Amino acid sequence: MGDFLRAALAVAAKDIRVEHRSKTALIAAIAFAALVLVIFNFARDAAAVSREMLAPSVLWITFSFSGVIALNRSFALERENAALDGLLLAPVSRSALFLGKYLANLAFVFTVEAVALPLFVLFFDVDLSGALGGIVLTAVLATTGFVAVGTVFAAMTVRTRFAELMLPLLVLPFLLPPVIGAVQVTARLLAGRPVSEIAGWLRILGFYDLVFVTLCLLLFPPLMDE
Amino acid sequence: MMTDALRARCLTRRGLTISALGLLGLAAVYLLALRYTPVERFQGLPQKIFYVHVPAAWSALLAFSLVGIASILYLWLRDPRLDRFAESSAAVGLVFSLVMLTTGPLWGKPVWGTWWTWDARLTFTLILFFLFLGYRALRGALQDPGERARFSAVVGILGLVLVPFVHLTVYLFRTLHPQPIVLKPSAPSLPEEMLRTLLLSLGVFTVLLVGFVTTRYGLATQASLQGGEDAG
Amino acid sequence: MTPPTAGPLLQANKLERHFGAARVLRGVSLAVSPGECHLVVGPNGAGKTTLLRLLAGLARPSAGTVTIEGVPAREPQARRRIGLLSHQSQLYHDLTAVENLAFTARLYGVADPVAAARAGLAAMGLAERADEPVRRLSRGMIQRVAIVRALLHRPGLLLLDEPFTGLDQQSSEQTLALLALERAAGQALVLVTHDAHEAWELATHAHLLVRGVWATSGPRGGEGGEGEGEASLDDFLRRYREAQRG
Repeated sequence: MGDFLRAALAVAAKDIRVEHRSKTALIAAIAFAALVLVIFNFARDAAAVSREMLAPSVLWITFSFSGVIALNRSFALERENAALDGLLLAPVSRSALFLGKYLANLAFVFTVEAVALPLFVLFFDVDLSGALGGIVLTAVLATTGFVAVGTVFAAMTVRTRFAELMLPLLVLPFLLPPVIGAVQVTARLLAGRPVSEIAGWLRILGFYDLVFVTLCLLLFPPLMDE
Repeated sequence: MMTDALRARCLTRRGLTISALGLLGLAAVYLLALRYTPVERFQGLPQKIFYVHVPAAWSALLAFSLVGIASILYLWLRDPRLDRFAESSAAVGLVFSLVMLTTGPLWGKPVWGTWWTWDARLTFTLILFFLFLGYRALRGALQDPGERARFSAVVGILGLVLVPFVHLTVYLFRTLHPQPIVLKPSAPSLPEEMLRTLLLSLGVFTVLLVGFVTTRYGLATQASLQGGEDAG
Repeated sequence: MTPPTAGPLLQANKLERHFGAARVLRGVSLAVSPGECHLVVGPNGAGKTTLLRLLAGLARPSAGTVTIEGVPAREPQARRRIGLLSHQSQLYHDLTAVENLAFTARLYGVADPVAAARAGLAAMGLAERADEPVRRLSRGMIQRVAIVRALLHRPGLLLLDEPFTGLDQQSSEQTLALLALERAAGQALVLVTHDAHEAWELATHAHLLVRGVWATSGPRGGEGGEGEGEASLDDFLRRYREAQRG
């Protein structure tokens, strides 16, 4: 168990260090999130649609799309110089490799969300008092699930010519349950509804995470083994 | 002794026969739907799309389950035939879901005035369609056959596990935001004729699924055998 | 270096690799002992890269076995004994040489990863460039870093996939000299290349792979006996040309 975690953390640390060195992907993802928020503001009829009505959807579209963009780079860097072979040749379990990549991707997407959320509050004049804790929890739950699936798909699509197109196409259906749940919860939190109303949705999000993170951990070895 | 090529051709022929029978059955369903079943009180004649629509969605889901099961078996046994079977089911499922998604709006426009509605069945089939499309697109983008089989199998398994989650969240979403219940008779229980026709239609569509998948599988086997002879 | 064990280090038996009807390898066997260098030559599409990946445990054979010291190649215990040097560096170009090697050391459980990385680089004469991003190094230097990387965990078997690609004359000679030293120290080598000339002197055994099977296989020098370096190379190359035409 110790070796497993040590290997996973080494891979995660390496990924974070590589990203930290160039920062291009991180900045691109954050810029993208900011742009989406700006466009949403101008793309609505201010008289007909209020900011409050749109807010939960806007937040979650921004989070999920920026997240998917961030996932592409995770295996692209392994492709460049056949570094992936080096990883696969090492006496390290493939599930540990997945865990490392997954943790690094989570760190990346959480960072993007941590920047996008204050921007969202700013642009949409949202009152987060009392709701912040709940929204952060929802963000963690929803992101945990779709990043796991996204990491597996990123490993696959990097081998194709149109990775940037293939990844969103494959991930999209898997975004639906977490995003539907997250939007429902966010809307209720912003409206000040009691916790009892959202507990059910949070349970679904949690269950989705449990099922898919486990499944991805289990499927990564057969995926990688020729 | 039957050669592989001969066996593949037999399979294709059998598939075509089953498909032909299925299509005859489909004609029978149309007849029954138009003549035999009663006209629904509120929705009128356009409601009869129900007899084709529901089974088409059912077939798409069945095809997807086949993809999922074949995928699990493939990762375990690594038999290329399982991969070919999964690919065939996915191809047929894609067509079924596409047919369902295009006929729905075509018939729906006269009934409820819009081309599209987020009806539970349509929404669900739409997601299935995207899963089939993604599966196929990924296969098309991968050259190495082993890689293609392995990767598609993982997509198939993840997709199969996703299906209940999609169903659950769409259902919950709709109970919170009730939308017109379409494609369902208003009576609490189906009258005899409707039930019988629906069951027959379900059977016919299953036969069609079996026929089409068998044909596709046979053709794919023939193609791969020919390809093998050409590659040095 | 662990002392050479009795019997071959690497034992590959009747390896086959096919998917459906396409057959890439059709029954290839190989035994490699410490201190030997096996040259695997063949035209494109012969299955050389596939063979190497099977030996490295990166791919699963459709039939046949690969064992390293008796352990199946795909098990972690066997993977520890293998090093891979490819024409691609397997390095992260945004990281420094030390960071790259320390990462590899961590994956292999080498004690004191950073110190081991620095020591390896110093031994290769790269101490001054150790803290620069790899992308700033020349191709020849990158190759040397890759060699350090392949040998860092002290494997007994070194697999090489077209290692001279893209190297200038000087770097090629340096690489050859290094490999000769390693071989003399007991390292087992399997070198895959499409050009038999470059590594002929280094090789103890030469194999010609054509369409998934050995066209010729055995100790270098052929049936003519020992020492006939030039003639044997010509002989080998002649058969290579015949194979390409046939």
